Amino acid sequence: MPLIEFIDFSFKYLGADSLALRKVNLNISDGEYVVITGPSGCGKTTLCRAINGLVPQFHRGYIAGNVTVDGKNTRAHNVADFAPIAGLVFQQPENQLVTLNVEREIAFGPENLGVEPTEIRRRVDELIDMLDLEHLREKHPHEMSGGEQQRVAIAATLALKPKVLVADEPTSNLDPQSAETILDLIADLNRRDLTVVLVEHRLDLVSKDASRVVLMDQGCIVADGEPRDVLSMDICQEIGVGIPKATQLYKRLKQRGFNLDKVPLTGAELAILVQEAKQR
Amino acid sequence: MILLEDVHFAYDGLYTALRGVSLQIDECERIAIVGSNGAGKTTLVKHLNGLLRPDQGRVILDGVDTKHFSVAELAREIGLVMQNPDHQLFLDSVEREVLFSLENLGYSKEESKARCNRTLNNLGLEGLSERSPFTLSGGERKRVALASVLATEPRILSLDEPTIGQDARQKENLAKMLGELNEKGKAVIVVTHDIEFVIENFPRTIAMANGRIIADGPTNSVLSNDDVLERCSLTRPQLTETARCLHKVFPEVTERLTLIDDLEAVVVKVLGGG
Repeated sequence: MPLIEFIDFSFKYLGADSLALRKVNLNISDGEYVVITGPSGCGKTTLCRAINGLVPQFHRGYIAGNVTVDGKNTRAHNVADFAPIAGLVFQQPENQLVTLNVEREIAFGPENLGVEPTEIRRRVDELIDMLDLEHLREKHPHEMSGGEQQRVAIAATLALKPKVLVADEPTSNLDPQSAETILDLIADLNRRDLTVVLVEHRLDLVSKDASRVVLMDQGCIVADGEPRDVLSMDICQEIGVGIPKATQLYKRLKQRGFNLDKVPLTGAELAILVQEAKQR
Repeated sequence: MILLEDVHFAYDGLYTALRGVSLQIDECERIAIVGSNGAGKTTLVKHLNGLLRPDQGRVILDGVDTKHFSVAELAREIGLVMQNPDHQLFLDSVEREVLFSLENLGYSKEESKARCNRTLNNLGLEGLSERSPFTLSGGERKRVALASVLATEPRILSLDEPTIGQDARQKENLAKMLGELNEKGKAVIVVTHDIEFVIENFPRTIAMANGRIIADGPTNSVLSNDDVLERCSLTRPQLTETARCLHKVFPEVTERLTLIDDLEAVVVKVLGGG
């Protein structure tokens, strides 16, 4: 059974004129790294909220179809039931951090779920070590940079031992180097078997690590597959999704009759493919 | 048009954000300000419209020290779109949000309405004019904040991180609109980490680190400098990376910053076509 299963799921926010999600069908299995992308307002954030039950339990509205996460239907369980299953990380870490130092922040979630204090202590130390937060241990979140705050928000989310990390544009307020650090961390967590669902516009930064790209438009899923396959489809440009420049150049070369061996996702890959084509 | 002379600023007199910044902005300029978080970029643009006042040094508009002007007076000349739209939006419909700034600046009802409609169309917000900004997506709210300032067509437009949460199409629309305002003689200043947006749209780049300007000049030379990229926490754009890797094997490929059209032509040549 897939970890996350959307079956003909539609949702309309209370007071909105149109559906935010339209008959979405989506299966995500254990261990996948799924990037969700699409034009602004296409339903990406609503899809994230539907994974941990915020839709429909907190954000109310019209609902059709079903979402099942780890065997639990989101219609039948409250948000707290999904907290140890799906951990959400948002765009603005300061909207998510609630305590005065890093240790307390990480402990806050498990404390609320009634986890044993010795186990909480163990998780805090483990996460501080894993996410390289030792130097921030005693710091107030407001004394940290955006990238540091986001690392803390991820640590606090992981303290609940979720089966899937759902991150909604976690790097869009960060500078490119901090963004790269966070995305490397997420890719590393995925290699340690954590399932990842990541919403992102900047596909040049994430597509090399993802196992799958899901493209959305106007509340529907319009493409779903391997990053190289999805990003080389014409539909990306048609709906206004920015594909990596290396992939864009690959497509232009193809139009002019120069076929490279595969679709590149990074600048270095493109350079190698051009060299190989030249040697042929 | 606007001149900063050795501007120093510290928040609460304690947290130093600017340590002697001097620069000149002329009419019709398109300038990008880059730098890592905390470099002083936002503090700098807040000095342009008087939201912050220098502790030391001067900000001069058309030859007059801006300390003689109120923020309201400066708002007629200099528009600022803040990074977080939620710090700016407060009305219950997109249309009212945009009309508010126009009517405050004294435009007639008809003129305000016409400008509002035009701006909403240009930014792809036409279907949302009756919606409350707080029911919109992050990217849409950002565009509403942009619309409320762009509609007033100030002489100097400064935008703090305008491309956050925007997809490729919205970025193109924004670039087109900024280009049109620029052609009407307005100066456009953006603070951004979006290096591709800078390369494609802004001929001049100012790089900041630790409250100082560390480079100011043509974009393609400022952003080809690895030291500047490193100190500004920027990463090399994919096409520059491609050009660099290719340069090692094909010396005829220059390793400088490059646009996709140029690199395409070069690669076609390398592959023995066109």
